[in-house]
Amino acid sequence: MLILHCPHCDRMVDETDLHPGGEAHLKRHGPEADAEAFENYLFMRENPKGVHFERWRHVYGCGKWFLAARNTATLEVYGTYPAQTHQPPQTIRDTITERQPGWAWGDFR
Amino acid sequence: MKRYSAFAIAREAFRQHTGWTRAWGQAEPKPRYDVIVVGAGGHGLATAYYLGKNFGITNVAVLEKGWLGGGNTGRNTTIIRSNYLQDPSAAIYEKSRSLYETLSQDLNYNVMFSPRGVMMLAQTQHEIRGYQRTAHANSLQGVTTEFITPQRVKELCPIMNIDGPRYPVLGALWQARGGTARHDAVAWGYARACADMGMDIIQQCEVTGVVTEGGKVTGVNTSRGDIKCNKLAMVVAGHASVLAQKAGFQLPIESVALQALVSEPIKPCMDVVVMANTVHGYMSQSDKGEMVIGGGTDGYNNYTQRGSFHHIEETVRALVETFPIVGRLKMLRQWGGIVDVTGDRSPILSKTPVDGIFVNCGWGTGGFKAIPGSGWAMAELVAKGQSPLTEEFSMNRFRHGKFIDESVAAGVAH
Ligand SMILES: Cc1cc2nc3c(=O)[nH]c(=O)nc-3n(C[C@H](O)[C@H](O)[C@H](O)COP(=O)(O)OP(=O)(O)OC[C@H]3O[C@@H](n4cnc5c(N)ncnc54)[C@H](O)[C@@H]3O)c2cc1C
Ligand SMILES: [Zn+2]
Repeated sequence: MLILHCPHCDRMVDETDLHPGGEAHLKRHGPEADAEAFENYLFMRENPKGVHFERWRHVYGCGKWFLAARNTATLEVYGTYPAQTHQPPQTIRDTITERQPGWAWGDFR
Repeated sequence: MKRYSAFAIAREAFRQHTGWTRAWGQAEPKPRYDVIVVGAGGHGLATAYYLGKNFGITNVAVLEKGWLGGGNTGRNTTIIRSNYLQDPSAAIYEKSRSLYETLSQDLNYNVMFSPRGVMMLAQTQHEIRGYQRTAHANSLQGVTTEFITPQRVKELCPIMNIDGPRYPVLGALWQARGGTARHDAVAWGYARACADMGMDIIQQCEVTGVVTEGGKVTGVNTSRGDIKCNKLAMVVAGHASVLAQKAGFQLPIESVALQALVSEPIKPCMDVVVMANTVHGYMSQSDKGEMVIGGGTDGYNNYTQRGSFHHIEETVRALVETFPIVGRLKMLRQWGGIVDVTGDRSPILSKTPVDGIFVNCGWGTGGFKAIPGSGWAMAELVAKGQSPLTEEFSMNRFRHGKFIDESVAAGVAH
C-alpha cells in the first residue's frame, strides 16, 4: 500500500483514499498551439524507471490535488507538495539528489 | 531440430529418453546481425520467427535481459479473443486468433490452444448497448461473435449467479472461437523454431544503449558487449519508454502494474472464459484445475512487478457475487507484471524517428492474444518498411488524432 502525505490536511493518507492523476508538471497549450504541442500535452509521457513526479488527489479526504515525487523502480517516496507550482520545491529536489545523485526528469535536475 | 511426435515419444521410451535434444541452444553474441530484436517475450520471438519464415531473414538475434518468456508473456492470464470494436484492431487480433488455431502444428510444439469460448458479461444498460454495438461491428468485420441472453450465459456457465443482486447479468458478448493457450509454451515454441532456423536467442543480455550514426541505427550496447545491426526491433512491453529514451525519442506510453492470481486446483467446473468488466474481474479454469483470476491495473506508474493489494481485493470481491463458489476457494499465488498502456488502449507497431528502428509495444493488458498476429505484422514492417496490418498503429497517430479507441473493449482487463 502506497502511503502519501497530503500537504493540505498535513496527514499520512493510504492509497485507497487517493486517486492517481498521472504525470505532473505537464505543459498545457492553448487553442492556437500546433498538433505536436497537443500531442505532448495529451499523450507523450516521461514514464521513467526511477525518479518520477505525479499528480494525486485526496479524493476521500479534503478533495484537493497535490504532487508527489516518487521512484517507480523502488517505490520510495521523496515527498509531496501542493499542486500550485510549476516545478518541484528545492527541498524535494535536494532529497532526491541525496538518494539518487545525477537524476534528471524532463527539464528538472 | 528433432520433430516432436507420438512416434518420437515411443522411440525415446525405448531408450530411456536419452535422445531428446535441447529445444534451443545457448548462443554467444556475434559481432553483427541483419536484425536485432530486443525482448524475448512472445512478441519479440514471434517477430523473429516470421522474419525467418515469411521473409527468409535468419541472421537474427533476440536479446533478452532476463530469461525467455519471463516478462508479461509468462505472467498473463492467457485469454485469447478478437472481438474488438475498430477495424484495424479486428484485422490484427483476428489474424492472430486464426494463427493460434494452427500454431501447434506450425511450430511442431503443443501450445495447448483451447478455443473454449470467451464471454464478456453485460451487467449495466451501458454495457448491453456497448456489446451489441461490438457484435454488429464484428459481423461487418467478419469476426464471429454474438450477443447472448442471460439464460444462455447460465447454460454455458452454470456456476454463475446471474441474478445479482448488485450487478445482475443482463447478457453477454460471446465469441465461441476465443479461448486460452499455454503462455510459456507459446514463447518456448517460437524460441525453438527460431533456434532451428539458426537464429541466436541470447538471454541475460540487457540492451543498455542504442548506437546511431547520422540518424540511422548501427548497433546496440549490451551487458555482454557491443553488437552491430542493420535493423533494430524494440519489443520490450513495459520497458518500451526506457529503451526508446536510449534511442533518443519518447513514446505515448505509461507503465503500470497489472496483477493476477490463481486458486488451489479444483475439479472441472467451468469450461469457458468469463470476463466482467464493470466489476473488474475475469476468470477461467486452467487445465490443472486452478481458477485463474485477473482484474484491473493500478493507476500509477510502476516498474517493480508488484501491484497494490486493494486491487486484488476488489477483483475477488466482485467475483464472489457472480461466482459464489469462489468464496470457499483458497488462493495459491498472486503476481504482477508491468504493462505498457497507450492513450487509446491500442498498440504501437511503427517506424520511429530513427532510421532502421522499429517499435512494437503498447499491448498493455491484452497482448498475449496478439502474439502470432503481431509477430507476423511486425516481421513484415521490419522486412519491407510497411505492412497493411500495422499502418494504422503508427506512433504518429496521436499527433494526427487518428486514435484506434478501444478503451471500451480493452479498458479494464483482457
Ligand atoms: C497479470 C497479467 C495478465 C494478463 N492477461 C492477459 C490475457 O488474459 N490476455 C492477453 O491477451 N494479454 C494479457 N496480458 C498482457 C500480455 O501479457 C502482454 O501484452 C504480452 O505478454 C506482451 O508480450 P511482449 O512480448 O510484448 O512482452 P514481454 O513478455 O514482457 O517481453 C518483453 C521482454 O523484454 C525484455 N526486456 C526489457 N527491456 C530489455 C532490455 N533493455 N534489453 C533486453 N531485454 C529487455 C523483458 O525482460 C521481457 O522479457 C496480461 C498481462 C499481465 C501482466
Ligand atoms: Zn487532504
